[in-house]
Amino acid sequence: MVGINTTVEEPYYEIEVSGEVDASSSIHLDEAIQKASEQHKKILIDLSKLGYISSAGLGVFISYIDDFKKKDIRLALFGLNEKVAQVFEILGLNELIIICSTKDEAKEKINAA
Amino acid sequence: MSQKVKIRIWFLAGLLSWLLFIFFDLYFILLDKYEMKEAYTSVLPQVFLSTFILSTLFYYRYKITKAESINFLDLLWKVFVTGLITTIASLMIRLFFTLFEARAITQNPITINFFYHIYVALVVIYLVSTFVVWKRLILYQKSKNLIQLWNFFEYALILSLIFDFVGHKFNTDFFNMALVFLTGFGIVLSFNLKWVAYLNFKQKWKSILFILLSGIYLYHFLLNMINFSGTEVLVFDLIDRVFIIAILIFIFLYAGISVLVTLFNLPTSSVFERKLKEAVDFQKLSQSTPSGQSESETYDILLDSSMSAVFADAAWLEVKEGDHEIICTRNISEDKIEEIKQQITNDDVKRVIDMNLTNGTPPGRVFTSLSKGEFKSVFALPIMVKNQQIAAMVLLQEVSDAFNREMVNIIRTFVNQASLTLENSKLIREAIENERYKEQLNIAKNVQKSLLPTDLEGNHGFDIEAYSMAADEVGGDYYDITPFEDGKYGLIIGDVSGKGTSAAFHMAQMKGIFHSLSQLNLSPADLIKQTNSALAKCLEKSSFITASYYLIDVEKQHIDFVRAGHCPTLLYRAADGTACFMKTKGMGLGIIRNSGYHNYVHSNALKYEPGDLLILHTDGVTEATNRDHVQYGEENLKTSLLRHATKSPSEVKEGLIDDLYTFLDGKKLDDDYTLVILKFK
Repeated sequence: MVGINTTVEEPYYEIEVSGEVDASSSIHLDEAIQKASEQHKKILIDLSKLGYISSAGLGVFISYIDDFKKKDIRLALFGLNEKVAQVFEILGLNELIIICSTKDEAKEKINAA
Repeated sequence: MSQKVKIRIWFLAGLLSWLLFIFFDLYFILLDKYEMKEAYTSVLPQVFLSTFILSTLFYYRYKITKAESINFLDLLWKVFVTGLITTIASLMIRLFFTLFEARAITQNPITINFFYHIYVALVVIYLVSTFVVWKRLILYQKSKNLIQLWNFFEYALILSLIFDFVGHKFNTDFFNMALVFLTGFGIVLSFNLKWVAYLNFKQKWKSILFILLSGIYLYHFLLNMINFSGTEVLVFDLIDRVFIIAILIFIFLYAGISVLVTLFNLPTSSVFERKLKEAVDFQKLSQSTPSGQSESETYDILLDSSMSAVFADAAWLEVKEGDHEIICTRNISEDKIEEIKQQITNDDVKRVIDMNLTNGTPPGRVFTSLSKGEFKSVFALPIMVKNQQIAAMVLLQEVSDAFNREMVNIIRTFVNQASLTLENSKLIREAIENERYKEQLNIAKNVQKSLLPTDLEGNHGFDIEAYSMAADEVGGDYYDITPFEDGKYGLIIGDVSGKGTSAAFHMAQMKGIFHSLSQLNLSPADLIKQTNSALAKCLEKSSFITASYYLIDVEKQHIDFVRAGHCPTLLYRAADGTACFMKTKGMGLGIIRNSGYHNYVHSNALKYEPGDLLILHTDGVTEATNRDHVQYGEENLKTSLLRHATKSPSEVKEGLIDDLYTFLDGKKLDDDYTLVILKFK
């Protein structure tokens, strides 16, 4: 079960993901990111309430990496708990996606990139 | 004793009784003629007549089978035929007397009595057989009370046989009392005519005919009886027997009442027939699937049954299921249907016909009238399957206001049954399809099993054990080991993102890629790079694979390895009894699908000592959660390993799995998981 909340705080589009992202709920995450990327170039994803992410959920982020690079859309994740952060790290995604601990840091890095 | 033997015995008993009866009576006449009375007792012929009657009764009881709704006419036919044969026989006796009317032979008491005895046999046979048939008809759909009453009547009749021994003459007080008593019984019993209701119109007419003819035979026998009685030379007279008269009256009564009741039932028989047809139609509808009929046959049965139930002049049934559209029509052209559709103004009916019902509740009003055109009354009903309208049935009548509430109920029942039948057939189809998928998956499961190495052979460098389990039939975990010519071993473990069928396909692709690349004896870093570029072309966009590759040199006790995003391998050092996860840098396969990936491939190396353990696993193990949503985690795996590390590889494997299952406490794993255990020598 996943909960997705979106808020627009120009120029940022913020997606808050809560609960668990598994194979079936990853579709909602995908839809949210897809929608965000249609209008905005700076996407912040708040994962502080995310308890678990499966490989399918990771796949969603991975599928946008190339696309966003081409369209110059910037994506930053923040607030990951230790376990979730480790999942990203093991897979090596921390080297491809901006992952920070706070929202301010995320904004800073998005603008710097 | 079988039925046949019983019938034969009673037949012989009857025949013998009658022969003895005739013999003694004639013998008595001879004695009388020569005035030698002393040797004679008049009881004997009486006894034999009674046994003859009883034998006949038992004979027919076994001979005439129980009444069923299908054989009422057969029973009546039997009465008719028996009557015909006995009447013809008695007519022949009459003919004999007419032919030789003035001769001495017809005046001779012996001749008269001889023929009279034959005549008695005919009367008894006809009366008793008819009596048994009446009994069967009366006891059709019997109640307990009715059976008691009937048994009482039968016992009373048998008692009357004994009563007749006393020899009360016809029309004496005792005789009349007994007769009134028995007749009273007969009247009460004669009003049990349930069988009449089950006859259809034609059968009713036939029954009336048969019963009337049986009545005529009876009248004929009665006339003859009186006629013989008038000769006044009879040693014995049927008219003086209460039994015979009572049974005769009873048969007359029942025949009369039956004819009247059947006659009065004639006009309503069509209603009964219709109700019966409705029931049969209903049954047909409900059984139309199990017997393997197609859906269109169900529609046909529904349409025909509905039409006949409400006397519709025309009808159509329109089915819309996805793209395919069927239309069944009766007495109406498709052009006309369009015309009628245009004319309908009632919203509810319109919605049914246009098949716009989506919320699942059929509308209340389902009939309407039309002002012009051939048909004045329209009756539309939706056919719903799983709360979706799949069809509309429209019944038409030429007269206005032809449909009423009762008809709506009948048709609703039909439609509901048809819906149920259609739903069932759909479910059956789906079940069959599911079964097929399951079978396919089973095949896939077996195929996939063969993709993993079946027996891992140890060598002088290390022993190896592995365990893999998929959450679904097929999974995305992969491991393999390849020996190289230079004494090295290539060991790979991989995990495709997601699970199930798509993961299984990618796993198979990975095996292909790994197998071809491993022939080239590449360094771990090169192998991972090549694998990534090969997978880049065939992996789905959102799919990726994590893998670790180990190139083990058993001679130098040296391992080169690359971790491509796969969960870190657990290394146990026997020297100090510690274990650690080798969290080296690395990125999953298929995440970056160009040469940029090369920057993220990091080569690592380690030395090992005998007794060291390498535990390769997939995230299904560390991410397994118990009922309290707690993950098994790396710590638990490590603790578990430390507990079993000194055991043999297969015991280590068992120990690790046992500990995992103990943690899960019965909860099913929802991801694929794999364990590969290497113990160095």
